[in-house]
Amino acid sequence: MRQAGPKFETTDEVDFVIVGSGAAGGVLAKELSSNGFRVVVLEQGPYLTPDQFDHDDLHVFFENALTNKPQLQPTTFRKTSPDKANPQPAVMYGRCVGGSSVHFTANYWRFHEIDFIERSKHGPVAGTGFADWPIPYADLEPYYTKVEWEVGVSGLAGASPFDPPRSKPYAYPPLPVKSGGVIFERAAQKLGWHPFPAPMAILSKPAAGRGACVHCGYCLGFGCEVGAKSSTVASVIPIAERTGRCEIRPDSNVFRIETNERGRVTGVAYFDSQKRQQFQKAKVVVVSANGAETPRLLLLSASKLFPNGLANSSGLVGKYLMPNSFLEVFGVYEHPLNDYKGAAVSRILHDFYEAGAQNGYCGGGGLDSRLAVTPVGFGLGGLPSDAPTWGSAYKSLLREYFTRTMSVSTHGTSLPVESNSFSLDPDLKDAWGLPALRVTYTDHPDDLKNTAFLMARALEIHQAAGARKTWHQPVQETQFFVHLLGTCRMGNDSKTSVINADHRAHDVPNLFLCDGSSFVTSGRGQPTMTIQALAYRAADRITALAKRGDLSV
Amino acid sequence: MASEQNRRDFLIQAGAGLSAAWLSANWPAILSAAQHAHKAAQAVAPAKFEVLTPEQAVEIDAITGQIIPTDDTPGARQAGVVYFIDRALKTFASGQKEAFADGLAQVQAKTKELFPPVQKFSAASPEQQIAVLKALENTPVFGLFRFATVIGFFCDPARGGNRSEVGWKLIGFDSSHVFQPPFGYYDKDYPGWQPNPADASKK
Repeated sequence: MRQAGPKFETTDEVDFVIVGSGAAGGVLAKELSSNGFRVVVLEQGPYLTPDQFDHDDLHVFFENALTNKPQLQPTTFRKTSPDKANPQPAVMYGRCVGGSSVHFTANYWRFHEIDFIERSKHGPVAGTGFADWPIPYADLEPYYTKVEWEVGVSGLAGASPFDPPRSKPYAYPPLPVKSGGVIFERAAQKLGWHPFPAPMAILSKPAAGRGACVHCGYCLGFGCEVGAKSSTVASVIPIAERTGRCEIRPDSNVFRIETNERGRVTGVAYFDSQKRQQFQKAKVVVVSANGAETPRLLLLSASKLFPNGLANSSGLVGKYLMPNSFLEVFGVYEHPLNDYKGAAVSRILHDFYEAGAQNGYCGGGGLDSRLAVTPVGFGLGGLPSDAPTWGSAYKSLLREYFTRTMSVSTHGTSLPVESNSFSLDPDLKDAWGLPALRVTYTDHPDDLKNTAFLMARALEIHQAAGARKTWHQPVQETQFFVHLLGTCRMGNDSKTSVINADHRAHDVPNLFLCDGSSFVTSGRGQPTMTIQALAYRAADRITALAKRGDLSV
Repeated sequence: MASEQNRRDFLIQAGAGLSAAWLSANWPAILSAAQHAHKAAQAVAPAKFEVLTPEQAVEIDAITGQIIPTDDTPGARQAGVVYFIDRALKTFASGQKEAFADGLAQVQAKTKELFPPVQKFSAASPEQQIAVLKALENTPVFGLFRFATVIGFFCDPARGGNRSEVGWKLIGFDSSHVFQPPFGYYDKDYPGWQPNPADASKK
């Protein structure tokens, strides 16, 4: 099944080593190898092929077949920096070729123009490092289009009056609406809002040797057996391997970026599948290891020349963590929806994208109609909190509710607070003997206000739709992190950012960082589209630097 | 490492009922923190028990049979939940053998305490069994049995539970995994997306 690329010797100084094969790493691998460079991609997880994906909850959720393994990679959490952090699972990310793009839900919202300039429009926010991006939306627009056409996004251009300008329609028509989407659309229109077909990185038609969506419903948490979900392992990584210049090397856990006496990186040290130490030489290193592992790797790479961690003269590596807010409001309806079928989301709305401006806080968000739960998940926690949890009454409620439940989910902003961060735990070690990831996080009050505001709108939708019953989680503090954003942010000033607008580390000319860590603001909740647009743009910038002799590749 | 504490916290919460969102965000990580994950054998369900003693199996069968009882539709017993648990303890949940043994001892102790002549949970009347579990329902031990029962009832049948897909059939989950719209009642006569008609009348 697997398309094999070339093999490079570790002693062969390749042009680029890319750490991570996820949403960003996969795109960079394809672009740089297509542009003629020799590329090695190091991925800590296994190389899984579609025949190894399944619909087995135990395999995927309990044995972490596709994600980081808390028993090998423990994390710690604390709310504020004076506290001692306690060991607890705090982070989830993809750990296989394709990274989180293998198991994600595939919501592909472009950022809007406001996301890049919100600090200027809104003004400063106390207690935050709120800043504009060094690039406007217009600079990314061609790359968003490239993602839609090359990685594969289904949607309906022009359907939302709030959408930013675009140069081309979507590559594929929208996926079919689900019953939950129809309920959401009718109720939201009744309320005067503007629901529209969700843009999803899932093929609605077969293309490029990949199948169209079969509507199995196993997106969130699972790999796609038919290649319809636009993970990098289904879309761009096969193209990279076909160039003959890109090796994807799985089971390779990078633990250190080496530098020479001139402060240039020379390659990366990693543990292979046998936990033997290896060193891959490279002229340039690109880190796309995700917003948690990218800063961790830089901090692990401290040296005499870089005592606070590599590329960390600003002290901001790992800081300004932004996870996005997420809350589900459930409703149960009279007739069966069967919303367990089909891609998780079919309708969304952006009427509240800038809700904070009218409501006394900074931020905003979007709503979607979704259901992404398997029978096991529904049995364990799908019923309202006041429902029976066992016995005949529990059983009959499961029977009634499973096909009749949907959620209106809220997705919102996180403000960049410097103390919210990833750092190295001083005590706990992982299975390779490396310092564990430590999370420090306290929600900014505006983020919680925004979630409460969006939750009220979600309830209005269920009420307007005539839901028989509604329920939701409370607005609560974030202690588990899936969207890993902002932790090596981009900017023009080397004192207030880690990388420049070319994704080049301010401190190290042959080191580039590109993934969720590059974000300056959080967007409204669906970051992968922007991660990939940045990756396409970064590949263009890096190629231009290389062509003019700046990188000695 | 505090994985044992995490597991207990999780089981308490699982017993109290969790939101699907919380689970989707948290359960993979939390469960794995508590277990050594082994690739489970994908063989057909065993004819006999590999880990549980016959006596333990009878007790677990009775407990799971009250958590998801058999009424006008099949329950945990028809789903073979006790076989699922046996295989789980042999494979990916091998670290939890002791927890299950402790749990059974606690259930037995509570049975004796509430209904002194009765020596075993499985020997109690249905009403007595319900009373015993009610008395334990906010404890980690109940959470453990409930958690295992629900998973064994709804899991992929290849894992040894959910025999003949009785769990899936109960809730109306179609396991064909390939569908075409319309999916449900409300999208049956959907005419296609239109902009909000209210905006058109404003213009």
